[in-house]
Amino acid sequence: MQKRYIIPIVYILFLMLPIYWLIAMSFKTTGEILSGFSLFPQTWTFDNYRVIFTDPTWYWGYFNSIAYVTLNTVISIAVALPAAYAFSRYRFLGDKQLFFWLLTNRMAPAAVFALPFFQLYSAVGLFDTYLAVALAHALFNVPLAVWILEGFMSGVPKELDETAYVDGYSFPRFFFKIFLPNIKAGVGVAAFFCFMFSWVELLLAKTLTAVYAKPIAATMTKTASSAGYELGLLAAAGVLTIIPGAIVIWFVRNYIAKGFAMGRV
Amino acid sequence: MTLELKQVTKRVGALTYIKPTSLKLEAGHFNVLLGETGSGKTSLIKLMAGLEPLASGQIFMDGQDVSKLSTQKRNISLVHQFFVNYPHMTVFENIASPLQVAGMAKSEIQGRVEEAADILKLRPMLNRRPDELSGGQQQRCALARAIAKESNAVFLDEPLANLDYKLREELREQLPELFAGRGAVVVYATSEPEEALLLGGYTALMNDGNMTQFGPTADIYRAPHDLVSAKVFSNPPINTAPVVKKGTRMQLSPDLSWELTGTAAGLTDGDYTMAVRPHHVTPTQTPDTRVALTGTVLVAELSGSESSAHFSMGDQNWVSLAAGVFPYRIGEVHQFFMDPQHCLYFAPDGRLVA
Repeated sequence: MQKRYIIPIVYILFLMLPIYWLIAMSFKTTGEILSGFSLFPQTWTFDNYRVIFTDPTWYWGYFNSIAYVTLNTVISIAVALPAAYAFSRYRFLGDKQLFFWLLTNRMAPAAVFALPFFQLYSAVGLFDTYLAVALAHALFNVPLAVWILEGFMSGVPKELDETAYVDGYSFPRFFFKIFLPNIKAGVGVAAFFCFMFSWVELLLAKTLTAVYAKPIAATMTKTASSAGYELGLLAAAGVLTIIPGAIVIWFVRNYIAKGFAMGRV
Repeated sequence: MTLELKQVTKRVGALTYIKPTSLKLEAGHFNVLLGETGSGKTSLIKLMAGLEPLASGQIFMDGQDVSKLSTQKRNISLVHQFFVNYPHMTVFENIASPLQVAGMAKSEIQGRVEEAADILKLRPMLNRRPDELSGGQQQRCALARAIAKESNAVFLDEPLANLDYKLREELREQLPELFAGRGAVVVYATSEPEEALLLGGYTALMNDGNMTQFGPTADIYRAPHDLVSAKVFSNPPINTAPVVKKGTRMQLSPDLSWELTGTAAGLTDGDYTMAVRPHHVTPTQTPDTRVALTGTVLVAELSGSESSAHFSMGDQNWVSLAAGVFPYRIGEVHQFFMDPQHCLYFAPDGRLVA
């Protein structure tokens, strides 16, 4: 083997180690995990996964997370598309300031907004719903999506819009038939980042839910039972939370590269 | 079909992009908008296409006021300088797109697209996407889209400017026949005077947002009605110099003057500006080129079969352009000749007087 492969291999091993350890743990019993060091599960067990797929408090956690994350992604993209189009195509009073102000929303820590959101949603009856978490996350995701989409849209020449109008396309028809297909990479990248933020964000999701919309991560923090910590179960749940993200990354991997090339990711 | 502009203007903020312009364009020949980059050709086309709002004035198509009509409803075609096609569609879909939007039957669309593709030699590429085509083919695709749609007006905004020399010549030859007999008003913007001459028809000269002259191309080339128009319609730039008329002679400098004939002889004595095109200033003498100009060669260029020389005479710079190869040496004093018949004379206010 050539020497130049050594560093990348070491690097990848280093990156994969915690993920490997998590996967290995998920197939061990809690007893084995606590008993000491073992590279492979001594006795393979699928009990951890069986519990998750049969116990409603577990699998509802997944369903809740996926529900509000999807809802958030849809809302964020739907709101960001027209906003990004305006920023990329029109000049209006204070457009640059507004664009910057939008981005500053991302600079505030989520914790700052937890209390006002909690109080507001309780007052209007949104507390513990998917919409509550989705809207709260939109505060962070809409600016990001606008920023990413604006970059992709500005890469499409204005002459394309004009050509479509000349050809007889009405604005909505042009937007959906001509414009969207040409920025679909941008939509993919923006959706990916919305998904990822919403999927890993815990503080708001936990604060704004109690039972019906409780995310999987919140369920995971409550695994201390009478038998002590169920580490194997926790590891299995952890493995399952990685999967949706991995699937989304697989779908947008080419677009992400394109987004980097355009300097907007 | 006719397209008429009445006192149209375009303003953005406090800036005036198009000063009041009136034009009556007709079908059956090319209407060329000639002017330098930034002279307002594209702005004027966008006004006519309805892509940008008029600050004032009206636009009529076949006598109907379309000033307030949206671009979509004007039934026009537009080909940009940059090759603009729908990147996610095949060439066939690109050409078909305006027809589909208009709600034409599938079978008719098929026929029209194939006809346009045949004319523009795109038949083998119908199933490819624009980014798999060469620049010339991409622009032909845009042109095919414009001819497949039977529009009232076709706007060509420097469609050949981004093509290489060979392709440009080839397409330019094709252009007039493409639109002949279609009944559409064809407006062609270009920054090259030769293109205007080659395409013929009518030409409108644009300078700094002003339409300075409009008329049959050959007429306005021969008789630009002011100095600005003469400058716009000349490449290389037309030679100009202040002259003084005294009696029957026109004086360029104390020791250089010539006898006037024709209308020029009837001018009142006084100051004028003369203009003579570079190809009327030649390094060889014929019986007609009576006036000899002596100058120092500053720059010499040989472009295939033509030689051009920039030379200085006193404090003026002149350009000569002649067929044939002349071995100019820079810094050398050389004699050039011109026929005073070819000189144009302008009054101090810029009007052509003779």
